[in-house]
Amino acid sequence: MSTVTLTYREASRAGIRHALATDERVFLMGEDVGAYGGAFAVSMSLLEEFGPERVRNTPLSESAFVGAGIGAALNGMRPIVEVMTINFSLLALDQIVNNAATLRYMSGGQLSVPLVVRMATGAGRQLAAQHAHSLEVWYAHIPGVRALAPATPEDARGMLLAALDDPDPVFIFEHATLYPLEGELEETPHAVDIDHAAVRRGGDDVTLVTYGGSLGKCLQAAETLAADGIDAEVIDLRTLRPLDTETILASLAKTHRLVIVDEGWKTGSLAAEVSAQIMERGFDLLDWPVRRVCTAEVPIPYAKHLEEAALPSTERIVHAVKEMAF
Amino acid sequence: MSQVLPAERGLRRVIGDGASVPDGQVDGLSADDLLALYRGLVLLRTYDERSVVYHRQGRIGTYAIFWNHEAMQVGSAFALERRDWIFPSYRESAIGLLRGMPVATVLQWWRGHPAGWWNPLDWNVASICVPIGTHVPHAVGFAWGAKLRGEDRVALVMFGDGATSEGSVHEGMTFAGVTKAPVILFCNNNQWAISTPVSEQTAAPTLAEKAIGYGMPGVRVDGGDVLAVYEATREAVARARAGDGPTFIEAVTYRAAPHATADDPSLYIDEERVAEARENECVGRFARYLERAGLLSEDVAAEIKDDALARLREGIAEAEAEPPADPALVFDYAYASPPPGLADDLAELRRILGR
Ligand SMILES: Cc1ncc(C[n+]2csc(CCOP(=O)(O)OP(=O)(O)O)c2C)c(N)n1
Ligand SMILES: [Mg+2]
Repeated sequence: MSTVTLTYREASRAGIRHALATDERVFLMGEDVGAYGGAFAVSMSLLEEFGPERVRNTPLSESAFVGAGIGAALNGMRPIVEVMTINFSLLALDQIVNNAATLRYMSGGQLSVPLVVRMATGAGRQLAAQHAHSLEVWYAHIPGVRALAPATPEDARGMLLAALDDPDPVFIFEHATLYPLEGELEETPHAVDIDHAAVRRGGDDVTLVTYGGSLGKCLQAAETLAADGIDAEVIDLRTLRPLDTETILASLAKTHRLVIVDEGWKTGSLAAEVSAQIMERGFDLLDWPVRRVCTAEVPIPYAKHLEEAALPSTERIVHAVKEMAF
Repeated sequence: MSQVLPAERGLRRVIGDGASVPDGQVDGLSADDLLALYRGLVLLRTYDERSVVYHRQGRIGTYAIFWNHEAMQVGSAFALERRDWIFPSYRESAIGLLRGMPVATVLQWWRGHPAGWWNPLDWNVASICVPIGTHVPHAVGFAWGAKLRGEDRVALVMFGDGATSEGSVHEGMTFAGVTKAPVILFCNNNQWAISTPVSEQTAAPTLAEKAIGYGMPGVRVDGGDVLAVYEATREAVARARAGDGPTFIEAVTYRAAPHATADDPSLYIDEERVAEARENECVGRFARYLERAGLLSEDVAAEIKDDALARLREGIAEAEAEPPADPALVFDYAYASPPPGLADDLAELRRILGR
């Protein structure tokens, strides 16, 4: 099997390019996705390759272009909608919650909204309180949609392709700090499994459950812990809705300790949902109360040192693990 | 290259071209007023040019450049009274300087330092909302509230051409029309929203004509002509004060600088139009107008420029002298009275930072 090395950004682009090249129902639209290549340069050069009918700059109207994506999907197209960041997706939330997520249900299964919406999420780039939140749990709250959080280049490419195969609306959250991350991928683009979490590092002493931009922090924390003789298993949730609790339960059967690392705010977070599901289904497996490492419950600060202080960090993860008795 | 609207369509102008187009005048403006306008332009221009340098030197964060937008900011702000409120977008981040806000304050805002939180109540300059257009309804509500309270106070809200596509702006304008709020909806049409030209933003030939649909007058001015902007805003303010409701002003210019310091416009912009806009930039245009009127000597121009530079030098020194904020600040101000959980979070943070 031959492989290629791509950044997360290039991998996401490779997924979009493959979809545009192989399925004429696919088109990409969003703010500045044309010559500019999108806010994070993901679609760079796609306008030249596929032309303005298929790589389309939209007016600055999130609600309209997400709504138009719903309409196009209803008519058999496979739109990929890019929203610059998750914060701006809030302007389209009514289209998402009330329409995209409900049309199948409200038509007794007759309608289908095969819409894919990608957006950048997360902090770490000094973009402050209106540009840097991790609100993906809000999407994970909505029945009728699927929520994906690629943490690796392979997933950035393959999840997009899997999303396009899904007959229901799929939301893809690309953590903004991951775009330069490099990884090795199979040369031929293909859809990846979007039903299961992945064990990114094996270990017997404690389970770290995370997703997206926090995966790297957890792997780093696992290295630090290893130096102290604590062997952490790291699970990447990958799919935030529906959650794959089985993989976590299987891990806890070995480790009996769970720390959840989530860049969202703790109250009502994905970490809260994972924790609740483990309480319901794996209480007997636990030797220690579940711990959560989340973002401070404040708007994201702008100053670098304050932003860092507000976010989950390797130190905080290590600290949470070390508070447990081994 | 993408088509952009011709800047000529029905634009109000006062400043001539020094050749075939004669200079006009605005009634009621004294020579001192004209020089005050010029000082404002030079202060903003100097602030902007220095900020780009400070950004390159890593002394401030990503910065939204407003080069060649100064005439829109100075002309409109000058038509207001101090009691009137300004609701700026990120493009007008330094507009408070025109009301005497210290340079250091605005620089600190771009440094992410708490000393950059100007108090809107001190300056009657609202804080800035990054989600495009979301501040328009705030300004409308503010102005309507002023009307309900019987205050003689108007609001000026500034936003871009791209913002006119946002629901908040449409809805805010609809609301302004219905409530007859004393608000001036000031659109800086620099013909680009990052890389999206106004021709891809709307199929309407001009933005000003959208006003008809909201039930208010729409005016189109040359955004590089500080006097035309001033005059149009003054008329809008008079209407607002008289109880006749909102006005939409489309001020047309051309974005001659990158969208922000992180942007590379060479991917999309029309370099010829940029060169033309730079040639005809708004500060120089007004300087030549004043020279033709015999109101600006080289000495005075130099003194005004030196004064602005000195303010910037002092401002950056003052901004940099401020020690970084204590990490506890992370937890301040999310609430008037913080819930108990935040204290635990702060304790954890202090433990990890070891202080
Ligand atoms: C709701 C929302 N969507 C997208 C963005 C990203 N964004 C920042 S500036 C900008 C362009 C705005 O253009 P315009 O309104 O013309 O103002 P200008 O920057 O030209 O002054 C965009 C799309 C945002 N800040 N908010
Ligand atoms: Mg613009």
